Amino acid sequence: MRRTNKLCLKLIKKQNSAEGVFMEDKKGWKEIPIGGVIEKSGNALNYKTGGWRTFRPVINSDKCIGCMLCYLYCPDSSILLKKDDKFKFKAYEVDLDHCKGCGICASVCPVKAIEMKRETEFKDDKSSGHN
Amino acid sequence: MNAKLKIRKVLSGAQAAAEAMRQIDPDVVAVYPITPQTPIAMQFAEFVNEKKVHTEMIRVESEHSAMSACVGSAAAGARTMTATSSNGLALMTEVVYIASSTRLPIVMNLADRALSGPINIHGDHSDAMLVRDASWIMLASENAQDVYENTIMAVRIAEHKDVLLPVMILQDGFITSHSAETMYLFEDETVKDFIGEYNPKYSLLRTEQPITIGPLDLFDYYFEHKRQQIEAMENAKRVIKEVFDQFSKLTGKTYNYFEGYKTDDAEFIIVTMNSSVGTAKFVADEFRKKGVKAGVVKIRVFRPFMDEEIVKLLKDAKVVAVLDRAASFGSNGGPIFHDVRSAFYESEKKPKMLNYIYGLGGRELSVEMLKKVYSDMVKVNEGIKVEQIQCLGVRD
Repeated sequence: MRRTNKLCLKLIKKQNSAEGVFMEDKKGWKEIPIGGVIEKSGNALNYKTGGWRTFRPVINSDKCIGCMLCYLYCPDSSILLKKDDKFKFKAYEVDLDHCKGCGICASVCPVKAIEMKRETEFKDDKSSGHN
Repeated sequence: MNAKLKIRKVLSGAQAAAEAMRQIDPDVVAVYPITPQTPIAMQFAEFVNEKKVHTEMIRVESEHSAMSACVGSAAAGARTMTATSSNGLALMTEVVYIASSTRLPIVMNLADRALSGPINIHGDHSDAMLVRDASWIMLASENAQDVYENTIMAVRIAEHKDVLLPVMILQDGFITSHSAETMYLFEDETVKDFIGEYNPKYSLLRTEQPITIGPLDLFDYYFEHKRQQIEAMENAKRVIKEVFDQFSKLTGKTYNYFEGYKTDDAEFIIVTMNSSVGTAKFVADEFRKKGVKAGVVKIRVFRPFMDEEIVKLLKDAKVVAVLDRAASFGSNGGPIFHDVRSAFYESEKKPKMLNYIYGLGGRELSVEMLKKVYSDMVKVNEGIKVEQIQCLGVRD
């Protein structure tokens, strides 16, 4: 019982720190811009949306022909590229912290190099973006 | 009368609002027609057509879109105005809250009209009361002159750096909006000088300072942003007074959150807002002639509501009657009654207080009805029991 409690606490702490919700770390109302304005650009990177995902895109780089349609269509800029001698670039990995699993990449891929797999197949994977 | 208010005109309340808008010359007006607001938009559209203003007028497909366009335009840093009534305000309410919480100083004229249903196009305050907690500053207008002056002052109040909240100017639909009366306007230059240039704190168009507006705001920061809004409303109390004082230099009149009429020695006071103030003053004079010390308190600033100011005006009265042109169903009396009575909770000295719900759906408030109100107050003072909260002018 005690062990379970400790485990729960650990999990909650992990969850909270990942989401950044420890209230004492936060700024007070006098210190923040009014109206919810965010004064720095590029902040979407800090907001991790990978936890919403039900399906995960899995890229088969061998099939990829470097057309970059997945890269262009991805609404969350989550397709990561690598350099390739033949095709210049190839899709090879997904930013799992931000990919919401919408499946657009798999849908637009002309050579079916991206497969959407259920997240439950990866439940032991630590890098899943699921906290 | 000060020399600055010298152009004599015969205008309706709606035209007065449009004239003020013409002189303010806002960057953007997004508006959808609805009775009895329509003549404001119509008159202003003529000014746009005749190129008397530089305004970009956006014709939208609903009030929800009207306020949404205003939010976008104000977020871009444009001086933005609109107008609506009743169900139009109800439809835009979602965005009315977004405008204030995003701290956009939009100025909106509201020609008060009863909310449906049953459907009704005439004046009561149920629309204004729908959004009284929306963090908008609300200025009430007795007549067309008030509409004109409040609209001009609203710009300065809304855009003040310590406030940055939208302002709504209330006038009674039809009774004020469609009745022509003699009033006085400023020269265009006077208004231009008074309101000055608008320098927005943030602008979506300022590419060298990229910002995000309206992001997701959860349990970690939403509360802090609401706390800021509470503070902005507190600041508004000071700023409104400052703007009133500066404006009175132009008009030679005095302005206050609550304006007392013969209240100095009054024993019986009616508290009300918008057009009924005029009728109440007339009836107070009649009672004064009979030797009854009658007075009237006109609410000019409904939000923020200044407890200490209303107490100051009413504490020496024997009986006070609060008039509400809106019902607050299931609660004890009307919305203004709640505010006035609550203001007295901490006060040692408090008058007896009555509440009258009147004029719903544009039902006329007659002189006879207000005579009954003063007579009731006199009765209460003599120890005769009068029902504390009652409907005035409804058929049994």
